[in-house]
Amino acid sequence: MPIPSPFHERTSKLCTSFRWKDWSGYAAVSSYDTTHEREYFAFRESAGLLDVTPLFKYEVHGPDAAALLSRMMVRDVSKLKIGRVGYSCWCDDYGKVIDDGTVTRLAEDYYRVTAADPTLYWLQAVGRGLRVTIEDSSARLAAVALQGPRSREILRAASDADLDRLKFFGATRARLDALDVWITRTGYTGDLGYEVWTDSAGALRLWDALVDAGRPHGIEPAGLDALDVSRIEAGFILLGVDYFSAPKVILEARKSTPFELGLGWIVDFERPTFPSFIGRDALAAEAARLKRGTAAAAGWAMVGLEVAWEALEALYESFSLPPSLPATARRDGLPVYDDDGRQVGKVTSHTWSPILKKYIALTSVHASHAAPGTILQMEHTVEFERRKVPAKVVKTPFFDPERKKRP
Amino acid sequence: MNAHTGEARPAPARGPYDAVVVGAGHNGLVCAAYLAKAGRKVLVVERRQQVGGATTTEEIHPGFKFSCCSYVVSLLRPWIIRDLDLPLYGYEVLPLEETFTPFEDGSYLLRDSDPERTKRAIARFSPRDAEVYKQFGQKMAELGRLVKPMIDGLAPDPLARNPFEILRLAKFARHVRGQGEEWLIGNVKMMTMSAVDFLSEWFECEQLIAPMSVSGIIGTFLGVRSPGTAYVLLHHYMGEIDGSYRAWGLPKGGTGAIAEAIASAARALGVEIRLGAPVERLLMKHGRAAGVVLENGDEIAAKVVVSGVDPHRTFLRLVGEEHLEPDFAQQVKRFKMRGSSGKVNLALDALPEFACLPGAGPQLRGDITIAPSIAYLERAYDDAKYGAFSRRPFMDIVIPSLTDPTVAPPGKHTMSIFVQYAPYKLKEGAADWPRQREAFGDAVIDTLAQYMPNLPGRILHRQVLTPWDLEQVYGLTEGNIFHGELSLEQLAFLRPVPGWSRYRTPIGHLWMCASGTHPGGGIMGAPGALCARTMLHARAV
Repeated sequence: MPIPSPFHERTSKLCTSFRWKDWSGYAAVSSYDTTHEREYFAFRESAGLLDVTPLFKYEVHGPDAAALLSRMMVRDVSKLKIGRVGYSCWCDDYGKVIDDGTVTRLAEDYYRVTAADPTLYWLQAVGRGLRVTIEDSSARLAAVALQGPRSREILRAASDADLDRLKFFGATRARLDALDVWITRTGYTGDLGYEVWTDSAGALRLWDALVDAGRPHGIEPAGLDALDVSRIEAGFILLGVDYFSAPKVILEARKSTPFELGLGWIVDFERPTFPSFIGRDALAAEAARLKRGTAAAAGWAMVGLEVAWEALEALYESFSLPPSLPATARRDGLPVYDDDGRQVGKVTSHTWSPILKKYIALTSVHASHAAPGTILQMEHTVEFERRKVPAKVVKTPFFDPERKKRP
Repeated sequence: MNAHTGEARPAPARGPYDAVVVGAGHNGLVCAAYLAKAGRKVLVVERRQQVGGATTTEEIHPGFKFSCCSYVVSLLRPWIIRDLDLPLYGYEVLPLEETFTPFEDGSYLLRDSDPERTKRAIARFSPRDAEVYKQFGQKMAELGRLVKPMIDGLAPDPLARNPFEILRLAKFARHVRGQGEEWLIGNVKMMTMSAVDFLSEWFECEQLIAPMSVSGIIGTFLGVRSPGTAYVLLHHYMGEIDGSYRAWGLPKGGTGAIAEAIASAARALGVEIRLGAPVERLLMKHGRAAGVVLENGDEIAAKVVVSGVDPHRTFLRLVGEEHLEPDFAQQVKRFKMRGSSGKVNLALDALPEFACLPGAGPQLRGDITIAPSIAYLERAYDDAKYGAFSRRPFMDIVIPSLTDPTVAPPGKHTMSIFVQYAPYKLKEGAADWPRQREAFGDAVIDTLAQYMPNLPGRILHRQVLTPWDLEQVYGLTEGNIFHGELSLEQLAFLRPVPGWSRYRTPIGHLWMCASGTHPGGGIMGAPGALCARTMLHARAV
C-alpha cells in the first residue's frame, strides 16, 4: 500500500484522472489528465513539474566520504568538484551493475547520492571502518524535477540562484520562498531542466512557489507516463526495466556490466588516490577484451532502434488497418532478430516519439549487431498475430536539444 | 523565425535552372524540395520578404507572433514529413484537443479527448446523442480512411483516355465495389447532402449539430444548409486517421514554422530561394513557358516553370489571356475563388474569461467555436449573400500561447480568430473593404464580448485581415484561402479545370503545384509533392 509523498496535498487535487502508480512505495501520479500528452509537451515546450521524492537519497559526510564513494562507484567521484554532480553506476565484485544514480558533491566532505533502489546497506558495507556518517535522507528530503525549455526562467523568478552560472550537472544552494534548497541542473528528460531538493516540511511551499512563478510560462504538473516517453527519447536506461540489479537476479545472463549498458564512458580506471573500485578487475579485463575486439562476439550492447514506418504502415495495411501504437511508453520486452531469423536481442523499452515522429526503442543486442545502421527485425503484434518489422540501429540519445547544455 | 537566415549564405551560382517555382508557399516549397531531392536544380522566387505565403508567422506586435492566416495544421501528409525529415528542421505539432462552444443562453459544450467526459458533456443536452457521438466518429474515420488514398495520390480522371488511366479507374471501381453497399450509400449521401442534414441523420440536439456543421463550410461561400457541404466534414476526420502522427494540432512557433522547416529542408537539398522577388509574368518562347520575368526586369530562364500561386493568378496574370485558348480561359474564370472569410489576430495583456465558464481551464486551450445555433449560422450566411460581412459571424478561435509559450511574452497571450462570413465582393465593391475593415473588426469583438465580457479590455493590439487584405498582402485571389473553393464541383479531376487536374497546363513547360490543384487547400503539401512526382515521372524536368 503506497504512502503519500510530501507533495500529495497538491498533486492529489490536480490528479483528476485518478491514475496513480506505486513508485518505491509512494503513490506517484502516472498522468494528471486521462492522457499524458500535455504533460509530455510541457517537458518539451514549456516546463513540467514532477514529484521525484520517491528516489532513494543518501547523505555521506566525513573525511572519508570521497574515499567511500570512489571505492563504490565506477566513476572516480573524488575528482568531482564542489558544486558538481556526476552520473555513475556501481557494481559488484564481478563488475555487474547493481544500480545507477547521481552523486553530488555539496562540500569537501559531503556528498549526496541518489539511487533507484535502497542502497543504505551497500553504502554501510563499503564504508565499514571509514570515517563517515551515512544518513538515509530519502524520507527527510522532498524533491521535484522542473524540466523543459522554460525551467530556467521559472527558477530565476522563484529563487535567488545564479542560474546563468549553473552549468549542466552543476549544483548550487539557493533561497526559494524563504526555503533553503539545493538546485541541481539534472533530470531524466534529456532537456534543459533542474531538480530542487529541500526538507519535506517545506515541500508545499516549494511546489506553490514554482507553480506561481511558472504560471506565466505555461508550467504543468507532469506524471510518470510523460517522463517515460521523455527518458526513452533521451536514451536513459531504467533499473528493473532496461537492466536488472545484479544481486537481485538468479540468472547470470540477466546481469550486465557497465559496458553492456552503454555506460562504459563513466568507468574510470585512473585512480590516483584509490587504486581500486569494486568490480575493477573484472571490468579492466573486459575493457582489455573489448580493446582486442574479442568481446565483440560475446558481449551485449545497449542501442537505439528506429522502426521503419513505411514497413509498419504496410504491415497494418495488410490487415486493412491504419497503423496504431500504444499511447504510452511500453516496457514489454520484444524479441529482435537478424535477417536469418535468429534472435539477437530484446527491446526493453519502446515508445512513439511525438517530437521526432518516430517509433523508437531501447534495445539490448549482441555486440556483433550493434553497429549504427544495422537493420534488425523487431517483433510486432497486429490482430493477435506476431509479425516482424525492420528497424535500424541508431545512436542514442534519440533527442538531444542544444538547450540542454547551453550556458 | 526570420527567413533571411537562409539568405546569409554566399549566393550560390545562378542558373541555369531546371525549374523555377513561383511563390514560396508551403506547396511551392514542398514541390521544390522533391524536385531537388531528385537532383534537379531549382529556384524558388517569392514576392514577400519571407517564405510561407499564407503559412506564415509574423510578429505584428512586439513580442507577439501570429499565424496570421492559416492557424492549425491537420492534413500535412505524414509521408512528406518523413521524406523531408521535417522534425529535424523544427517541425513540431502541439496538442489541440478540446472544442468549446458557448451558447447564447449561457450554457456551453466542452468536448475533449476523453470520451467519457465528452459523453457526459453531450448528455446534458441529449443522452441519446451522447451515445451516438462515438459511433459517428468511428463511422467517419472509416469513411475517411477509404477516401484517404484519394488525397495521397492522383485524382482518378474519367476524362483521360489512356490505358493507364482506365486501369486506375478500374482499380478505383473495384475499391469502391469492395466496400459494400453501406459505404457507397454513405458516400453518395456525403457528396450530395448539406452538413446540417447529414448530421441530423445522426444527432438530435442543435448544440452538437451547429458546432459540428461548421467544418463543412470553412473557406466556402456556402451555408451549413447548402447541399454538398457534408463532404467537407470528412476532411476533418481524415486528419485524425494519421493517429500517432498527430496530424491535427497547433504548429509550434505558428504555421510559419512549418514553412521554415520545409524551406530549411529544401535548402539542405540544394534549393535556392530568392525573397523579395515578385514575378511580373512568365517568359514565353514559341508559346511555351521558358522562365519568369521579375518585376525589376530580371529574366530567369528555366526548363520548366512551376506555379505555386492560384489558378486565376497563374493563367490570367502570369501567363496572360492572349496565350490561352478562349475556352480554357473561360473555364479558369469560372473556377470560383470568392473568398468568404477573414482573420482577426489579437495580442492580449491577459487571458480573457468566458462568462459561462470562468477560469483558464480547458475551455480556453483548445478550439473555441462560436456557432451557437443553426439559425445563427444561416443568418451569418444571409448577410454575406447580400454583400455584407456577418454582423454576428461564425468564429473559430485558438489561443496558441497557452500551449506554445514561444509566441508571446510570459503571461501574455495571442488569440487567433478565423471569421466567416466576410465576402470578398461587398455590395459596395471589394475595394470598399479598407473603409469597412475596422467595422468588421468591431463586429467580431462585439460578438465575442457577449461571451467573454472582459475581452475588449485586454486587447493590446488588433490585426484585422479582410479578404481584400488576404489578396493584397498574400496574393490570394479574392481572398480565397484554398486557392479556389473546396466545393465538390471543384475537386478531384475537376480541379482546377476539367482535364487539367494532373498539375499540367495547356502551356508547355508550365506546371501547377499549389492548393488550386488536387487534392486542394489547407496545409497538406500533397499538391506540391504530387506535382513534383508527376513531373519527374513524365520526365518533364
